[in-house]
Amino acid sequence: MRFIMKLEYDQDFRLFRYRSTFFWYLALLAASLIVPALLDNYFISLLNFIAIYSIASIGMMLLTGYTGQISLGHAAFLAIGSYTSAVLTTKGWPFLAALPLSGIFAALVGIVIGLPALRLSGLYLAIATMGFAFIVDEILVRWESLTRGNLGIYLSPPSIGPLTFGSEKSFYYLGLAILILTLLAAKNILRSPTGRAFIAIRDSEVAAQTMGVSLAKYKTMAFALSAFFTGIAGSLYAHKVTFINPESYTLLVSIELLVMIIIGGLGSLHGAIYGTAFVILLPQMIILTKDYLPGFLRDQTGLEAGLYGLMIILFILFEPLGLYGRWLKTKFYFETFPLYKKETFKKEKKFYKAERH
Amino acid sequence: MVPFLNELLQTLLSGIATGCIYGLVALGFVLIYKATEVVNFAQGELMMLGAFFAFSFITFLKLPYWTSFLFTVLLMGCLGMLLERVVLRPLIGEPVFAIVMVTIGVGIFCRSAVSMIPGWGTDTLGFRTPFGEKFFRPGELVISWEHLAIIILTTTLIFCLYCFFRFTRLGVAMRATSQNQLAAAYMGISVRRVFSLTWIISAAVAAFAGILLAPITFVHMNMGFIGLKAFPAAVLGGFGSIPGAIIGGLIIGITENFAGVYLPIGWKDVAAYIILILVLMIRPEGLFGIQEKKKV
Repeated sequence: MRFIMKLEYDQDFRLFRYRSTFFWYLALLAASLIVPALLDNYFISLLNFIAIYSIASIGMMLLTGYTGQISLGHAAFLAIGSYTSAVLTTKGWPFLAALPLSGIFAALVGIVIGLPALRLSGLYLAIATMGFAFIVDEILVRWESLTRGNLGIYLSPPSIGPLTFGSEKSFYYLGLAILILTLLAAKNILRSPTGRAFIAIRDSEVAAQTMGVSLAKYKTMAFALSAFFTGIAGSLYAHKVTFINPESYTLLVSIELLVMIIIGGLGSLHGAIYGTAFVILLPQMIILTKDYLPGFLRDQTGLEAGLYGLMIILFILFEPLGLYGRWLKTKFYFETFPLYKKETFKKEKKFYKAERH
Repeated sequence: MVPFLNELLQTLLSGIATGCIYGLVALGFVLIYKATEVVNFAQGELMMLGAFFAFSFITFLKLPYWTSFLFTVLLMGCLGMLLERVVLRPLIGEPVFAIVMVTIGVGIFCRSAVSMIPGWGTDTLGFRTPFGEKFFRPGELVISWEHLAIIILTTTLIFCLYCFFRFTRLGVAMRATSQNQLAAAYMGISVRRVFSLTWIISAAVAAFAGILLAPITFVHMNMGFIGLKAFPAAVLGGFGSIPGAIIGGLIIGITENFAGVYLPIGWKDVAAYIILILVLMIRPEGLFGIQEKKKV
């Protein structure tokens, strides 16, 4: 265990808690810069998808993990981001303008959705956002003059000025840069008063309100920010796969985003990345282990979805803190070596904790 | 004028039949929500499982329709109990979020499990019912017996449930638990057994809905998505109200059918969700719900 003597108030919320943390992040950055040189295109492509979805799951984490608002409709924000970018770039706008605009447009829609959210909590919010996602999906299918309906839109790979990010390797650096910017933005939001207001709302709305946190303002802001990041991810996704149609943004995608943050561990940005990596790599792991599976399982198309379902159940039952929580526990085990007690992380179970009473 | 009126009535009737199914699935949500404050996102998948079980009994075991009906409902009741015992009970006291996610997980898992079971798979299946291909023709109208059967059976089931909750000890115990768990426990009601029973009943109701729906949409792995349409029904009725669920279901079903006939293509699929969002914005407690004040 490491104890730091706190001399200033600022020490409580600086970007890197220890100097060594900063060093490790630098090392990680250096490693991620070298990685493409060592891997073949297939793995870089996987990393690219991890980067894109990480941006979306960071948005999701802000809303669900930190503000405590469940959304089952984030695929809609992803879709809005993708379609804004697609429509703008086919009209001749540069990618560099379309990218932030798709985020901003998603954020505007997020504000509209955030408004009813002020009156709803928990489960009602989940249902309302789900309904919203279905409506957006239907609009995308039917507004054929703009979205070409089910035919979809073809896009070109992103390009900034003379640079084109068509190859996997070049896209990797673009994705990495945007991911780092997103992470820094999220981290900074979270250590500002806004972020602490989010966390206060998550832990107790009533308490937050009594402390002077305006629920209306911060809930809408959480929705807008979350939608912004998801919209950015949507734009990147569209330019990565270069073809989009409404079928890429189903309810399953919204659930997948939720699965990412749950498996990663709610309430941590590390968790968002771990969870995303896990969910993206899971199908690959299934493909790799296919030869060892018994015959009747091998050719099942539903295997992946089934595993998702099982993962959600198992993680919530046995490791509610997710992968990041598991990592913290392991670290704690070695730090306090012979004295580790399982009860340290045991959650206090609250019975009769109800929305109604 | 008369053809128009006939069309109107015809649409209304098939709307009521669809609405009954939505209502039954919504009833499953409401029963569980009232008793345990959990929303079961897998309700639609339970319905799908019910339909698949009925299909197996009828097609593979060659049992008669009504016997299969009974067996399916019983079997799904057991499954509901198992689900509560294994998955939901350890989560009592966890945040709503976790429980919602677990039920979503159960739903996804069920769907993929069904696609892997030999004989079920991803194909669209069907089974013979005593009502198939028969029509009832009062005047100019043509009503299929399948639709009529849905309406009649749903009404019967609701009547039985009403009697159960009104007149039996167990039913009263369940209502007491849904009002105040602590007080119910003090009165000697085993809250856990009530939770179990709630899941049994709601899985059985889901199976009931599944069997009734099977002749109309056929049996396939994505049948459960109807469950997502039942959410608006439950919300419209006020999430904690049993008659509200049925009436909400009817309203959604009828609106949807009318939207399908009289509005441009596309409206039918989103009508339910537009109603949902409107209700949540204007009157979040629904038609029959009671707005409960939050206590600190």
